[in-house]
Order: sequence, then structure tokens, then C-alpha cells
Amino acid sequence: MTNYNIKIIPSGDSAMLVRFGNEITEKINTRVHDLHFMLDELKVKGIIEMVPAYTDLLILYDPLKVSYDGLNQIINEEIKKPGKQGTIKQRIIEIPVCYDEEFGSDLAEVSEHTGLSKDEIIRIHSNSKYLVYMLGFTPGFSYLGGMDERIACPRKKIPRQNIPAGSVGIADKQTGIYPIESPGGWQLIGRTPLNLFNPEREEVFLCQAGDQLQFIPIEKVEFESIKIAQNK
Amino acid sequence: MTGQIKFISGGMLTSIQDLGRYGYQKYGMPVSGAMDTYSLQLANYLVGNKRDEACFEITYLGPEIEFHSDTTIAISGAIMQSTINGKPVPMSASIPVSNGEILVMGAVKKGMRAYLSIAGGIMVPEVMESKSTYLRAKVGGFQGRKIETGDLIEIGKCSPIPIKEIPSPLLFIYPGIQTIRVIKGTEFDRFETDAWNTFLNSEYTVSNQNDRMGYRLSGTAIKHKNGADIISSGIVNGSIQVPGHGEPIIMMADHQTVGGYTKIANVVSVDLPIMGQMKAGDKIKFKEITLVEAQDLIKKQEENLVKLFNL
Repeated sequence: MTNYNIKIIPSGDSAMLVRFGNEITEKINTRVHDLHFMLDELKVKGIIEMVPAYTDLLILYDPLKVSYDGLNQIINEEIKKPGKQGTIKQRIIEIPVCYDEEFGSDLAEVSEHTGLSKDEIIRIHSNSKYLVYMLGFTPGFSYLGGMDERIACPRKKIPRQNIPAGSVGIADKQTGIYPIESPGGWQLIGRTPLNLFNPEREEVFLCQAGDQLQFIPIEKVEFESIKIAQNK
Repeated sequence: MTGQIKFISGGMLTSIQDLGRYGYQKYGMPVSGAMDTYSLQLANYLVGNKRDEACFEITYLGPEIEFHSDTTIAISGAIMQSTINGKPVPMSASIPVSNGEILVMGAVKKGMRAYLSIAGGIMVPEVMESKSTYLRAKVGGFQGRKIETGDLIEIGKCSPIPIKEIPSPLLFIYPGIQTIRVIKGTEFDRFETDAWNTFLNSEYTVSNQNDRMGYRLSGTAIKHKNGADIISSGIVNGSIQVPGHGEPIIMMADHQTVGGYTKIANVVSVDLPIMGQMKAGDKIKFKEITLVEAQDLIKKQEENLVKLFNL
């Protein structure tokens, strides 16, 4: 990594922001995850937690345990090192999705908007790998990059009050999965039986920033059996 | 042996909070925790708990609680008129309570949030290493929700403890206009040149839109150079976002982990508890200090708390 364009700025008195650029690209985002993993491995005393986003890494620290200047120096040394650039074990997570009309209640609307058949939409949607740029909005919500623009579709004019957990949707050029029941305006095209967020489970969150997601189309029968197996 | 308490009424918004749920923001999980972490720690000190034990955070209008065992409690933070079996009880002092007695907490007189601590703590399971309630996702605390009428809650074992008070220099005070100290924000350069002066020289009022997520202020609008939106990025407690309308919003305990608006400033850590005691109509003036000064204040407060807990 070169440190071109990298800015380190205080974000309050107990956090700092390391900014790698000002556009959403896989390249910049990968550098965010690289630094995140490198600092994680170093186990720097005083770092409380880190929040990766599209173009920057927020580092929360305890100023009684590590100074701003001390941490700044550690980061400057880390970003000079050759980046791992994806050599960090990137997980590929398969997300089974049932695209039946029962769950994909807006497939018809997306079909009308894009001029593609429902089958084509499903094929295109499940044909790409999606990078998890970051999580936020609600616990476990992944901001995904890499959707084929042919299936882009504007949000619904009137948002829904209750979208069930696991719903898969499209909003403009983005696709995503609702981890918990919430209101929202995304066009729903299917649903996954997997719990993306389950506080009762040892691994509370299914995905993390830097992962790649792959949607796998499944039938309703499979949806039900995965759901049952998972909640055992 | 553990004990039990029963809520005869839950109050306006009573929830279980501790010092927050750290380590999960990278998954989009807000920190939550007490809005006034300072008062929570004082309340814990008074009943012999650890600093980070959970308390009931009581908002604006208090609950009514029946005790089903002997214990010791304390109330700190906002001033609320409270009685046990009809007799007034002091704020910020240890209070012995007997089986069968009823605590009634009234409306707030000063501040916004009181903290009720119970010797031995509140026996709810930790979720992601914290007892804090995050209401929006129904996580933590008591069944992930606010306390309601009829709730029975297990409390910890209470060994006899000496009666304690808080030395007066450590107590909270509530002046009329609060001066809230800030340092410059991460998008400071995205505002017009006179924006900083406007921000520091204006008086802002806490609007009706204030809750555990954030406080929207009304007052002189702050102008952006080129729009209010940024690529979504991590935010912290006390971040002051300025959306397009120009009125600042201060991020509080339940704020989302990422935000898409420019941030002009950040409330310093030691003044966050004061923010947590603000209510609609309260006035604020901001004062700039340096990062070094802000961190010295944290150090001083920490020394005071450590000293107190070692008394």
C-alpha cells in the first residue's frame, strides 16, 4: 500500500478515522479491510473496536491506554507495509434464496421496470458475487457491491411497514437482505431462510465486512427444511 | 439467594442499561448503554456494585416498584421526587429497602434520566457481553424491551453494605444554559468559513425530536460548502451531524453505527452525560477545546471515579 491520499483525523476524543479515499470502489474498500485485519492481528493495546466503512476505518480507542499520537504512528507504519490485498482469507458465504412469488412479491414490478423476465432477473441476481463493503443501518445489514445494473430498479413509492427478516430486495443499483423485521422501501424479490442476525447463536452475525456473498436459488421445500434445521 | 422486584407500573420509559455493548459495531450493532454513564457509575458505587453493573434507566416519569426481598438501592442522575411507603427518600445516597416496601418515583424535577441501582445487580442474561437494552432490535435487557406493568425481575444477592453518599464535588449540577464542550468534527472542512463561528456563537435549543438515538437541536442553521451528504462512515457517541437543513443532530447511545451526513464537531466524552440529561426546550452553547484538553478531562474524571470506588 502507498499512503497516497490517506488521512488520519480525530473523530471525537476517543476515536480516529483513517480515510483512504472519497469514492466507493472495491480497491479503496479492500484497503479499509486490510488495515482492519492488520490492526486486529497486532492486538494494539487500547483499541476498543473498529468500524470499517466504504472508504474509511473508524478506530475507537481508550485514550488512557494509548495516545492519539502513538496510535497514529502505529497506523502510519502499518499502511506503509505491502497490503494483503485480498490475500486475507476472504470468505465466500452462500445465501440460499427462495425467489417464489410468495417471498418475491415485487418480482413483477422489477420485471416490468427492467423488461426482463422473472427467470432472467433471478438468474442475473444469483450469478454474481457480492462484496460486503460494510455493515450498518440495522444490526447485520450488509451494504453489498457488485449488482448487475440490468436488474436495477427504483425503490417502492410507498414503503412497507413490516418487511420480514430474511427478505432480499433491490433498491436502485443495490441489493441487500433485511436481517431483522423492519419497515423499508426495497423491491422484494425473494427471501433467505438463514438468520443473518441471531443474538442467541454463538456466531451472532452471519456476515462480516470483506466477505463475498453468493445467492443460491432454492425451492420452497428447501426453504422450509433449512428454516426448521436452523431453529433446532 | 437472589431476590425479586415487581413493577406495579413501568414509568414512561424504563430500560435496563449498563456501560454499553462494545465490539459489535462492525456488524452494525449500536453500543447502547446508559445515556448518562457517569450517574450510572455513581449509583453503582452507592450500593457496592461494580462500576459497569446494569441499572434501570428511568426516563422523565418514574415507575412504581414492589420489593420482594430486603436489599439496598440508590437513585442518581435526574432529580425525581421519590418515596418508599410514602416517605421521601434522598437522591444519590444508599437506601436500605425491606421486603414488601414500595418505591414510587415521580416526575422529573431536574434533568431527564435517573439511574436506579440495586445491590448485587439486575439478573438478566448478558447478550453480546452486555445487559444493555437496544430497543429497536429487541436485544438485551429484559426481553429486549422497556419495562412494563407487572414485570417481575430477578435481582442479585445483597450482602450487608455500609450506607454511602457521594462527595459533593462529584455530584452533577444542572445550570440553566449548558455549555457543552466540543472538538472539531471529521468533516469540518465541508462547511462554509464562517460556519464554525456561527456554531460556537449561537444558542441552540433541544427540540422535541430527542431520544436515545440522538438529539435534534433548533437554532441558527449551519451552512455547507457543497452539500450535506458524505459516503456513509462510522460515527461515535457525541458526533454532531448536520443534514441539509443545517440544524445539528447529536448522536447518542443508540445511534446507528454509520451515518451519511457531514459532522461539524464532536461533544467531548465527559460532557456526554450532561447531554443525556437534556430535555426538549433546554438551551445549549458550544465551546471549542483541543483534543489534548478533552483527553485530560477524561483522565481527571477517571481518577475521581477510581478514587471514589476505592473509598
